[in-house]
Amino acid sequence: MSKTAIISAKDVNVFYGEKQALDKINLDIPENKVTSLIGPSGCGKSTFLRSINRMNDLVDICRVEGSITIKGQDIYAPEVDVVALRAKVGMVFQKPNPFPKSIYENVAYGPKIHGLAKSKTDMDEIVEWSLIKAGLWKEVKDRLDQPGTGLSGGQQQRLCIARTIAVKPQVVLMDEPCSALDPIATAIIEELIDELRSNFTIVIVTHSMQQAARVSQRTAFFHLGELVESGSTKTIFTSPEDERTQNYIMGRIG
Amino acid sequence: MTDFITPSTQLKSRKSAEQRFRWYGRGAIFVSLAFLVVMVGSILYKGSGAFTTTDVAIVVDLGPDAVDPANPQDARFEKIVKDALKARFPEATKRADRRKLYGLVSNDAGFELERFVLANPDAIGTQARVWFRASDDFDILLKGTVDRDVDESERRLSDQEIGWIDRLVADGDVKRGFNWSFFTNGDSREPELAGILSALVGSALTLLVCFCFSFPVGILAAIYLEEFAPKNRFSDIIEVNINNLAAVPSIVFGLLGLSMLLNTFGMPRSSPLVGGLVLSLMTLPTIIIAARASLRAVPPSIREAALGMGASPVQATFHHVAPLALPGILTGTIVGMAQALGETAPLLMIGMVAFIVDVPQSILEPATALPVQIFLWADAPERAFLEKTSAAIIVLLLSLITMNLLAIVLRRRFEKRF
Repeated sequence: MSKTAIISAKDVNVFYGEKQALDKINLDIPENKVTSLIGPSGCGKSTFLRSINRMNDLVDICRVEGSITIKGQDIYAPEVDVVALRAKVGMVFQKPNPFPKSIYENVAYGPKIHGLAKSKTDMDEIVEWSLIKAGLWKEVKDRLDQPGTGLSGGQQQRLCIARTIAVKPQVVLMDEPCSALDPIATAIIEELIDELRSNFTIVIVTHSMQQAARVSQRTAFFHLGELVESGSTKTIFTSPEDERTQNYIMGRIG
Repeated sequence: MTDFITPSTQLKSRKSAEQRFRWYGRGAIFVSLAFLVVMVGSILYKGSGAFTTTDVAIVVDLGPDAVDPANPQDARFEKIVKDALKARFPEATKRADRRKLYGLVSNDAGFELERFVLANPDAIGTQARVWFRASDDFDILLKGTVDRDVDESERRLSDQEIGWIDRLVADGDVKRGFNWSFFTNGDSREPELAGILSALVGSALTLLVCFCFSFPVGILAAIYLEEFAPKNRFSDIIEVNINNLAAVPSIVFGLLGLSMLLNTFGMPRSSPLVGGLVLSLMTLPTIIIAARASLRAVPPSIREAALGMGASPVQATFHHVAPLALPGILTGTIVGMAQALGETAPLLMIGMVAFIVDVPQSILEPATALPVQIFLWADAPERAFLEKTSAAIIVLLLSLITMNLLAIVLRRRFEKRF
């Protein structure tokens, strides 16, 4: 267990009603690195991702056991404020979901509700910084007042990333952020992810092994609700220990 | 090899089935349109008469014997009108004939003359030609509603009265005009004086109360049930009961209003306050169901996006979900209000069926409503109320159309793409 781990999961079990979706997951996620979660559909990687910012709480029948700590704090402790947690652990979803408001308002919404900007100038700076970080500033700086839903799919997803990082979270969770995008938009987002890791810890769920190999430093392979293997991306892709990992990477299962 | 050109028998029968269905659909639309045309057409045909009225000019003697220039308001105006009518048709000498003669003008003629004299003090001391509202029988005779050719014993107007009317018309002492007083008067026992204003204002006040109560309560209930309430047996029971409430006959709500609001809480009888509250019991389920449906139609990704940024559930709901659901909520509300506008039965139970002459000034005063006014006029014995009934229906339909247009405008304005 490395000392630089920012997120650490211990014996995490997740149940949907009677069905167990995750079985005794132990995983450390290092700071300022990209960790990718891979595995076949239904293996529990998204479930694990969503337990890191407690989005699973929204599902009535979902139950989480074990502990997940972020910087040593148990996020499932009763005194934890979910709203504050989600401000520190941002999330980018599979399908771009900008609010049906202007580009500016999309980015400014988070800082506004969390009181991060003291003045209009502050807010303008946050919006500009976030859009620059998300690589979208050049494309939209002249039309900040136009609806975010009018952008192309790739731009929308970058807007969602800008919106997430505008709150200055410590961790950014990404749930298959490129699955609805074409290869060019995907390449832009992947580049962006690489740049963002200097400021944020990133956990990304992906179906594309190439993507995992390209963007991440660490990889965890999930299979049927179990964490089969985790380690540096290079090791996982070149010399996996477990046969199942090998089969998945070779394209034999999944 | 498959032949794409020559149709097979199976294809033919499928094609004719498609054609048949199209014609069934067109037929259904035609039938419903035909009903609508017949209904609206007959109402317009019958009701159009109520928008014109007949006035008759009579020369009255406002000399010093009749009107004291110092105190004109003390004059016996009704007697002056009667004297003027006697002077116009001196052949009516018998009591019964004179009664018929006085019946040519409206019962209100004395007051009309009083208003004329007070507004035109110059006319005092002269022989003035004054226009009076003709009586309802006079009016509908000229409109052709009454057939002159039937036997005298079966007519309201005798040959003698018709003779007087024809002479007035021949002398140019009769004019037809737009019936402004229909929109400025309250109800009256005299059809020629009856107007829609008190019912219109009563309906507006009732709807206002209904809206102020049912809109906030309905929306809060819908938002709580849809966004916050845990999904369990209890919330299922509530849901089923709201749907049941929407199907309860409206008269039951009227009885509830009678026993609870009037008898237990002692609220003022016949008032728009009570009427509005009773109607809001009826509109609440409509609003709740419509609002829940439109909240459910907001994509969950919007909710996730907001919550994922660290918005609290209340912030996510009021900043993002509710604004997107607003067009649907407003449409549902207006549909509910339109139902309430047309509702009669519950108002009968709480006494809004009263004969109200004065225009209500507040929600605590006795009032009546448009559909109740229609009910009252449809029940009235005078023939001339027939056209008033249709005219009131026209006003009600116009109000409904206005509300529905408003719904469309609001929906267009608030609609956003997502």
